[in-house]
Amino acid sequence: MSDATLDSKGGAGPAVADDPKRRAAFDARVAAEGKVEPRDWMPEQYRKTLIRQISQHAHSEYVGMLPEGNWVTRAPTLRRKAVLLAKIQDEAGHALYLYGAAETMGVSRAEMLDALHEGKAKYSSIFNYPTLTWADVAAIGWLVDGAAIVNQVALQRCSYGPYARAMVRICKEESFHQRQGYEAMMALAQGSPDQKKMAQDSLNRWWWPSLMMFGPSDRDSPHSAQNMAWKIKRESNDDLRQRFVDMTVPQADYLGLTMPDPDLKWNEERGHYDFGEIDWDEFWRVVKGNGVCNRERLQARRDAHDKGAWVREAAVAHAEKRAARSLAQAAE
Amino acid sequence: MNQDQHVDYLLRLGDNALILGHRLSEWCGHAPILEEDIALTNVALDLIGQARMLLTQAGAVEGKGRDEDALAFGRDVLDWRNVLLVEQPNGDFADTIARQFLFDIWNHQVFSTLLGSTDAELAAIAAKAVKEIAYHKRHSSEWLIRLGDGTEESRARMIRALDVHWGFVEELFTPDAVDQAAFEAGIGPDLAALRPEWDAAVAAVLDEAGLERPEVGWAVHGGKTDGHHSEHLGFILAELQFMQRAYPGLAW
Repeated sequence: MSDATLDSKGGAGPAVADDPKRRAAFDARVAAEGKVEPRDWMPEQYRKTLIRQISQHAHSEYVGMLPEGNWVTRAPTLRRKAVLLAKIQDEAGHALYLYGAAETMGVSRAEMLDALHEGKAKYSSIFNYPTLTWADVAAIGWLVDGAAIVNQVALQRCSYGPYARAMVRICKEESFHQRQGYEAMMALAQGSPDQKKMAQDSLNRWWWPSLMMFGPSDRDSPHSAQNMAWKIKRESNDDLRQRFVDMTVPQADYLGLTMPDPDLKWNEERGHYDFGEIDWDEFWRVVKGNGVCNRERLQARRDAHDKGAWVREAAVAHAEKRAARSLAQAAE
Repeated sequence: MNQDQHVDYLLRLGDNALILGHRLSEWCGHAPILEEDIALTNVALDLIGQARMLLTQAGAVEGKGRDEDALAFGRDVLDWRNVLLVEQPNGDFADTIARQFLFDIWNHQVFSTLLGSTDAELAAIAAKAVKEIAYHKRHSSEWLIRLGDGTEESRARMIRALDVHWGFVEELFTPDAVDQAAFEAGIGPDLAALRPEWDAAVAAVLDEAGLERPEVGWAVHGGKTDGHHSEHLGFILAELQFMQRAYPGLAW
């Protein structure tokens, strides 16, 4: 999944003194929808921005395994358990392609993980909310993956080739995830009063954080212009958010669930839904590390990494011994 | 073999798969490396898929209208038929690999035999499962070798983990009345006869890992025959069955 909140700090820091001729050629190529490939020259700021964005996207997939993994052992049927496991496995796979895509820009997975563990790299804020009931698994599929698809469909046209191509495959899988989430939500919405209550409560808790996934409003997102020009970002946060709202409100109506927004109404003139103001204080609070689960999520990742260190070391040591043995054999 | 024994035999196979799949799924998001998050989840998913087919068949043979979910979520500890090995806790990664390796070698032998089962449905399930189990066996064997022949620390952990799990192996090969009846009916293998091949297969991998066969003076039994499990199973069921216990009789 991808989250535009991650772009909120922007990539356009102080201008790097790049070669002006190469820079002009690069800009022209990108403007003409040419793809940038790993061996191509690129402005340092373009590289930095993409490393940050792709690695944060990878971290989001990785950390995103935790809130859903929280329900794997408690899924209500064996079929739901199998589907959920398959979905989480896909997410681990997405993390793997994305770390790979970022590595094409000259940064190692180990460095990226260190940045995550040290709190220097972010991951999507949505995963700092807890999964309290089974309905939250359905809501994550429906809303969180739904929002991610809106972001990621746009990213299939990103100027950086490896990232754009990773998005094509990821979008196919995310689309399946979104449909399974909606189908799981439908079972609840058509179920018993307890199930309906669970479904409505999860919509109440996940709706606003899902809208926050598109990042700050365009009026507060000063770095978007350069990223748009470089076609790292293809559409504005507010446009993507509006698309998600327009897509999702009829789905909630069909389920018979109520959106937790008294200001939500169809605007005939605009041809879009109007919706209420996002609680930006909450948005920034969670981005800055102070949501319910921020500390636990990061600690879970650090613990898995630290407890696994001896395993990774053993794998490296064994590979070296093996290589040395076959070298010795070859010399005989 | 009477019908009860046939059901009981299928439950053993299904319960082994479900409980081990449950244990592996606990690793989800916490594995030592991302590739293992994928691999362990994949093995868990295979086992849960096998459990679904095996429990469905157990319910069909039983003929009392119990489906896979009724069997998975409606039985308490005494009615579970898995071997003690698969319910043991994940421990560290070496424990998980030891448990998996000892089981996989046996499980692959069992399902290879089941390809020729006189229970045609079971034979069809085995045809799908045996390919998956061959991968599980390769995965756990490769890790056992890496850890045994890795660092001093990994070797020490692997030796300890094999010692901890070795005493659960005997139950796999000790036939009781149900196993014997399944063998005589051509439904399942002659368990005791599988042992020499298992010993040889395990010895070959231990040798490549530079490890000795554990010298362990204990062996425990009970899970598959009487439902006399370790204390761990009750907690597994508390999690596994939570939703169906809290909200009985609903569709999800």
